[in-house]
Amino acid sequence: MTKVLLKGNEAIAEAAIQAGCKMFFGYPITPSTEIVEYLSKHLPKAGGTVLQGEDEVASIYMCYGAAATGTRVMTATSSPGFSLKQEGMSYLAAAELPVVVVNVNRAGPGLGGLGPAQSDYFQCTKGGGHGDYRVIVLAPSKSQELYDFTMQAFDLADRYRNPVLILADGFLGQMMEPVEIKKRVAVSLPPQDWIVDGCRGREKRKIVSYALSNEVGEASCARWQAKYEKIEEQEQRWEEFYTEDAEYLIVGFGTCGRIGKSVVLNARKQGIKLGLIRPITLWPFPKKAFAPYKDIIKGIVTVELNAGQMIEDVKLAVECKMPVHLYSRQGGMMPGENEILSFMAQVFELSVAEEAIADGKNI
Amino acid sequence: MEKIFKRTKGLTGVPFHYCPGCTHGTIHRLIGEVLEELDIIEDTIGIAPVGCAGFCLDMFSCDFIGAAHGRAQAVGTGVKRSLPNKMVFTYQGDGDIAAIGTAHAIHVAARGEKITSIMVNNAVFGMTGGQMAPTTLAGQVTTTSPYGRDCTSSGPPIDLPKTIATLDGAVYVAAVSVDSPKNIFAAKKAIKRAFQVQQLGLGFSLVSVLSTCPTNWGLSPVDSIKWLQENMLPIYQMGELKVPEEVKAL
Repeated sequence: MTKVLLKGNEAIAEAAIQAGCKMFFGYPITPSTEIVEYLSKHLPKAGGTVLQGEDEVASIYMCYGAAATGTRVMTATSSPGFSLKQEGMSYLAAAELPVVVVNVNRAGPGLGGLGPAQSDYFQCTKGGGHGDYRVIVLAPSKSQELYDFTMQAFDLADRYRNPVLILADGFLGQMMEPVEIKKRVAVSLPPQDWIVDGCRGREKRKIVSYALSNEVGEASCARWQAKYEKIEEQEQRWEEFYTEDAEYLIVGFGTCGRIGKSVVLNARKQGIKLGLIRPITLWPFPKKAFAPYKDIIKGIVTVELNAGQMIEDVKLAVECKMPVHLYSRQGGMMPGENEILSFMAQVFELSVAEEAIADGKNI
Repeated sequence: MEKIFKRTKGLTGVPFHYCPGCTHGTIHRLIGEVLEELDIIEDTIGIAPVGCAGFCLDMFSCDFIGAAHGRAQAVGTGVKRSLPNKMVFTYQGDGDIAAIGTAHAIHVAARGEKITSIMVNNAVFGMTGGQMAPTTLAGQVTTTSPYGRDCTSSGPPIDLPKTIATLDGAVYVAAVSVDSPKNIFAAKKAIKRAFQVQQLGLGFSLVSVLSTCPTNWGLSPVDSIKWLQENMLPIYQMGELKVPEEVKAL
């Protein structure tokens, strides 16, 4: 077992190489830039190509071209850059091209700030580009998951012929942690009988996203929706922590899921039966995770680095059967575990010792 | 009886959907003939634009990808970098390549990307019904320049091949027209050379082809040809703007 100390962004880049990614097209933007830097240095040695596009738009369409040839391809960016890629995301979904896209979320809107944020949740999970489409969204919470999920993303993209998004944040991208460098595991994937690579010895193929008639357009939409339903059924992923006997739940993804574990442990010391659900797939949202608890949980707090975006999916998942509150930090700020516990004590009228919430009083 | 003229294998035979008098069909035929003569039909991936030529991917015999508006050259770059031994060409209108796709047009040439772009310039956005394009002539009436293109407001038309020819990575740049048999022959020679430049791996090649749009110009097919000759030919620099020595020798 090889463990190396890597920055989160470097873990993503190394995982891409190990997963057989041969093409990377990108444009530098903080806090995701180490991905293009690491790959510029290491991907050519692994027989791949890194090309710095003239902009984010070019980069996503270079991915479109590479994916059309059946080549494993990735791009990486941060929030403003991801906005520029939205037209391409829609076209990738419509043309059903397997591309791995990384968004290392920074604070927005506008130019925003370089600090960590989860403010692109809506954009990542609900579309962002035009039309009815979905992309699989994976939310890692530590460097090892940045590595593992990136590797899995390539297989998911190929399995479903769909773009797959890694949604990290500036904290995860910049943090250094030991990462176990795993080799690619062989999995059975559908044949690439759709790629365009020159029609030698076969019928010509074409990759398009237009519909000449409304009837064809509706049939295409139905085909896409059927695929999305299949993904929703098969790919919901989440982590549970102290949920077996929980009366209250914290729900947080990525960095917030990680902080939430400390909150759970602190609450348990105070005799509060708190558990955690950490969504790993943000789309499909892990509704199945909530099903066993929606009639027994007294209250939920979602912890998010945005103004309250995932909370909508949580409320739908529990059918609003109990109070669901938001604890939010924005603009690049991170919550401390005590301030979250203090908030929970306040909204659910729970009794906790003064020292457990000492630095979290002024919320 | 000896057959002296037949359909090129470079085209599928799907009927052209273009308006009467539009020269897209002629340009398609020339490209099809070049693909056949160079024996590269099965080694070529074409990239279609958004615009009147958006459906050309049904008409050529090679593999094809439909791109978003203006993005054909970025898509072509992704294909060529993945399959460096295959031939890649983009087919784009003047609105596609010289307006929304300008950034890609400049940088695909600057990188010396080993692909070929065919730009079809009819001085309007055709598909959407004849709006002003960057190539619309001074004073030309379109649906978005109903009083004629005002160059004090919109600037004069862009001569894209001239701009592209200034970049070192663009090794073959030609501007041709298909308004007469003589010019059609010259256009075919230019298109063939552009593909040969790519075969030799010399760099980026661009051929701009002046084309008619009778429907949106409001002219008959015959008058459209005349309008192109009298109004477009004097404005745009024509001929081979840049030819590498290796191709001259072919």
